[in-house]
Amino acid sequence: MDPQPEPVSYICGDCGMENTLKQGDVIQCRECGYRILYKKRTRRIVQYEAR
Amino acid sequence: MSGKDKNLHIMMTESESEQEDVGKEGIEWIMNLPDVPMKLPPHVELQRTRVECKGDAPIHTDTIQYSGAFASMGFDNSLRLDNFRNNFKIEVINLKGDDIEFDMIGIDPALANAFRRILIAEVPTMAIEKVLFANNTSIVQDEVLAHRLGLIPIRVDPRLFKYSDKDAPNENNTIVFRLHARCERGKPRLTVKSEALTWLPNGSEFPLVSDKSIPNSKPQTYTSFSCSQDKLPEFSKNSIGPKDSDIILARLGPGQEIELEAHAVKGMGKTHAKWSPVATAWYRMLPEVLLLEEIEDELAEELKRKCPVNVFDIEDIAGKKRATVARPRACTLCRECIRGDAWEKRVALRRVKDHFIFKIESTGALPPNVLFTEAVKILEDKCERLIAELS
Repeated sequence: MDPQPEPVSYICGDCGMENTLKQGDVIQCRECGYRILYKKRTRRIVQYEAR
Repeated sequence: MSGKDKNLHIMMTESESEQEDVGKEGIEWIMNLPDVPMKLPPHVELQRTRVECKGDAPIHTDTIQYSGAFASMGFDNSLRLDNFRNNFKIEVINLKGDDIEFDMIGIDPALANAFRRILIAEVPTMAIEKVLFANNTSIVQDEVLAHRLGLIPIRVDPRLFKYSDKDAPNENNTIVFRLHARCERGKPRLTVKSEALTWLPNGSEFPLVSDKSIPNSKPQTYTSFSCSQDKLPEFSKNSIGPKDSDIILARLGPGQEIELEAHAVKGMGKTHAKWSPVATAWYRMLPEVLLLEEIEDELAEELKRKCPVNVFDIEDIAGKKRATVARPRACTLCRECIRGDAWEKRVALRRVKDHFIFKIESTGALPPNVLFTEAVKILEDKCERLIAELS
């Protein structure tokens, strides 16, 4: 949707540090070097019925 | 009536057309006869007005509705509005905070039960219905947290709001709360309580994402309030919030965050229990405990010991111990006092059929006495609707 690819932030599976990655970056935590990163939850609104 | 009286009566009615004044005298004379029974014999009256709790099961539990049920005994069993008006009584026993206990005397169980059911299912309140999550990284899932939020009682008079139906959410039908809690890294776990819900009198703050973004001055949100709710005279003095501030919603570990908006709307308990204005409303018939014979000395001690709720007391008159019924209202009809040999002949346990001990526990939106008057109004509306449909 967005015209320019924004840097997306990920959470390290080991230390929990936030990493921002751009296209083509190595998937690796900058803090501890762990190679599993998790995507953050979207800020888009989700609506639930309170029942 | 004896045979002679009957003949007399026939003679009177025959001669009525000829001599009116004589006829009137005759009717008066008949009405004043001493042997016309106006009351039921005591054993039938007992069956009509009391439930008797026997050792194995209660008997005479039904109420007799038919107007001519006792016609053969000359007793009119019909329910008349005037009689009801004169005999019906409400006595408030205890009204404290959110609880009320009152006696409803002289009413049919069907009506008492109608009030109870209306209180539980048809008196409206406000409750959170829609939850908009912007962020939730806690271990409580979105849907579970939404359900918990829905059950929080909200301190606001529901009579000031309209049902939302299919209208867009506006200041007349929706209350918006915001919850934003975050547990910082390196801090201990954070308990999120209902006090964290803050009222947004201006409505939703989340912008509505739409394809065509109009270059408007005001971005569209999930609600369309035309004015702020705290400008309205009803809410300018007392703000809206959860009734209890210490309901635990979630616990956050370091780095976890909850950000959401909760939209409360008006509804009824029959749609979902979260809209029920009462924790519960219930009634019981007035217990009646009678001693059928003098119970003295050891037997009196035994009787006092038998009762787990201390209904009986012991009276000491000139060295003689006599059992008395001191607190019949406390009786739970456990029937412990009529258990065992011959006790059923000494103690009678009964319930008064038209006397109800009514208890209402409000969840806090409205005081319990107001809830009851609201229930009465709802039943009135229903009756009016029925009459309108029939006529």
